[in-house]
Amino acid sequence: MSAAQWRRAMNSSAAAAAAVRGSATSAVVHPMPRPASPVSTDGGSWRSLRSAVGAIGARHVIVIVALFAYPFLATPFFTYQIGAQSLALGLIALSLTFLGGYGGMVSLAQMTVAGFAAYMLAIFGASSNVAISLGWPWWLALIVAVSLATILAAAIGWLSVRTEGIYTIMITLAVGVAFFYLAQQNYTLFNGFQGFSRIAAPTLGELDLRQPVPFYFLVLACALAGYFFVKHLIRAPFGVALQGIRDNPRRMHSLGYNVTAHRVGAYAVAGFLAAVGGILMVWYNGRISPGTVGTGAMINILIIAVLGGMKHPIGAFIGAIVFVLLQNFAIDLVDRERFNLVIGGVFLAIVLFSPDGLLGLWHSLRTRASGRFTSRGTSRIHQ
Amino acid sequence: MSRDRGMFARSLVGAAALFAVVGLAHAQDALKIGLLATLEGPFAAGGQDGIRGADLALKQKNGMAGGKKIEFVKVSSDATPDKAVGATRKAVEQDKVQIMIGPLSGDEGIAVKNYAKTQPNITFVNGSSGAQATTLADPAPNFYRFNTEGAQWMVGLGEHALSKGYKKTFLIAEDYGFPYSQVQGFMASYCAKGGKVVDKAWVPLGTKDYASVIAKIPKDIDALVVVLGGADAVNFLTQYEQAGGDKPMVGGSITVDQTVLNFKGKRRESLLGTASAGPMADSIDTPEWKKFVADYKANFKDGFPSPSLFAYLYYINTKATLDALDAVKGDLSNGQKAYREALQKTDFKGPAGEVKIDANRNGVGTTYITEVAKAADGSFYNKVVKQVPNISQTLGLPEAEFKKMGLGSRDVPDCRK
Repeated sequence: MSAAQWRRAMNSSAAAAAAVRGSATSAVVHPMPRPASPVSTDGGSWRSLRSAVGAIGARHVIVIVALFAYPFLATPFFTYQIGAQSLALGLIALSLTFLGGYGGMVSLAQMTVAGFAAYMLAIFGASSNVAISLGWPWWLALIVAVSLATILAAAIGWLSVRTEGIYTIMITLAVGVAFFYLAQQNYTLFNGFQGFSRIAAPTLGELDLRQPVPFYFLVLACALAGYFFVKHLIRAPFGVALQGIRDNPRRMHSLGYNVTAHRVGAYAVAGFLAAVGGILMVWYNGRISPGTVGTGAMINILIIAVLGGMKHPIGAFIGAIVFVLLQNFAIDLVDRERFNLVIGGVFLAIVLFSPDGLLGLWHSLRTRASGRFTSRGTSRIHQ
Repeated sequence: MSRDRGMFARSLVGAAALFAVVGLAHAQDALKIGLLATLEGPFAAGGQDGIRGADLALKQKNGMAGGKKIEFVKVSSDATPDKAVGATRKAVEQDKVQIMIGPLSGDEGIAVKNYAKTQPNITFVNGSSGAQATTLADPAPNFYRFNTEGAQWMVGLGEHALSKGYKKTFLIAEDYGFPYSQVQGFMASYCAKGGKVVDKAWVPLGTKDYASVIAKIPKDIDALVVVLGGADAVNFLTQYEQAGGDKPMVGGSITVDQTVLNFKGKRRESLLGTASAGPMADSIDTPEWKKFVADYKANFKDGFPSPSLFAYLYYINTKATLDALDAVKGDLSNGQKAYREALQKTDFKGPAGEVKIDANRNGVGTTYITEVAKAADGSFYNKVVKQVPNISQTLGLPEAEFKKMGLGSRDVPDCRK
């Protein structure tokens, strides 16, 4: 089946699906975006290529130019601690946006998958703990770590796809907390409370990836790749089917789709993204210990995704930038003992006034500003 | 599509504007010193008291040092090394502090020391962190620690336990870096002088149920060595009492604190005589200590009844930092060379004994051996029974012998038989 056929199938049932969605019988738990509407009604690689090129607008160019110019304009502190950290966290949050926004499954275990990848990198690669670390070449350790984390994510998915909504959150929370305690109490593999340190990014010939600017570009490359990968995937057959499953799993099942397989697949894909983010995080910090995969860190990923908005992949990165800025600078705004109040207050205000995060806030402001476009509203959010 | 185009462009402009505002809002009229403590997370109360200690040291100098007005740039972590380094990096690279004080806990200290190596022109002074490896393994030339660390705090307690007739002991301690150091400090001299630690039970931090540990305690021991902190210590004591345990105890530096002394169980009386050790004690009977406590009480109405360990350690580290600034009249030029020489020469009489450092820039100081005693009003307190001055990081052993033993860990040192 070609991409266009998938889209046609989805499109022809859109009206019926909308009717179902309107009533209380809908299986949708979250107010999630609708399936991506097709770009063109007929397939053909030439047409789709042209539409893809046409989709690259001024906004893409401006953002990409700004992202590339940023490290040369900003101080090393802003390049490394704000820029690189935001993008790495954004990549982990992106995995949750994909899973939650397009698959309808909110998993709290994304940080666990990221942390697992980081631990695997420390165990197979080099670290300060020579008794445990195997000291494989970094690229081999990297491949093994990401693969194992993807398998773990698929396993978590396989365990939790039988549940819906709040139960998915609970079961993934349980998995995450279990991993936290395993890492904290196991000394033979995870080195307990102290974890691993001196896990440095590699040096490629002359290029030392530990330096702020090269590291920023490494993270940027991964973030852009992840972003466009998700953008592509949500319009590919797999992604469209996933959104169909999100909106009405029973209908998709009766249409002949394997609902469980699609969901587990989505977990694996999200796990891969989170694993890459986790590798970047461990290189950023240079160390990993159980605190990195604790409950607070798991919930931070959810906060970032919700803060940015889960209706578009860019939301994860916007959320991460705001989150990192707040974490770093809230202490300068108010009294030192009260700065967490600012962080909490901002999160509360955003969630209260815009259930769709900063993206939703932006859209509602635009809608209010230009009323005549209201009718064209939200259907294009994905694109 | 144009809608989205605008959104992207504008969010970018907004972000850029925010960066610019935050980046430029800094003036250069006072000498900036960064101050890192845990104002969130499990040690938030301790971190707050650490800040009080630092504030007190600055207040005693009327906010001036080396002829300049001193401005603290306060940053916070939640006791995780990642966050400690992030906060330090912000103070150093963004707020442009020239001297950095902190952090509070051991693993944070190691992480900040490693970061210090990447900033050779900034001087780092410890807050209250007490991991041995910070200054023993691969030290940073610009990281100074004027306090003694976890292992040094227990030196002398081993001999004291032997003098009380505790020849065979069973150890129970939390399973992370700080207790490893404490246990080494205790066992180094205890084992050398013929004591036996028949078995060690390492429990995870925050353990609630000690039944399996209590069941393992052998009948024929003389005493328990308990290196647990706060709630863990109270939980253990309660359950040990309920299980009918009656062995005397030897405690770590943070084991027999106010929460344990206010313990209300039937075994309360048996706490009397429990020995422990640390770099300070509430009942030190010197004019310096009494003045420190009085100053603390006068300045911080919302503080603890008496300065905590964290307040004391931040106080001496901050005082050393400021005194050295006075000595060089605020001259931080030439990669802070003169300033660092002044720091190295630091030697003053602190509230709880002399403050000076060794060649690795680690504190050499006094340890206080205390025993729980009953005050006139019936309350319990830690009475100083012995002072052990001039304790170095090699725990009083020759350096070669200490190196042979290695740093404290789950299995080091060992003297079962």
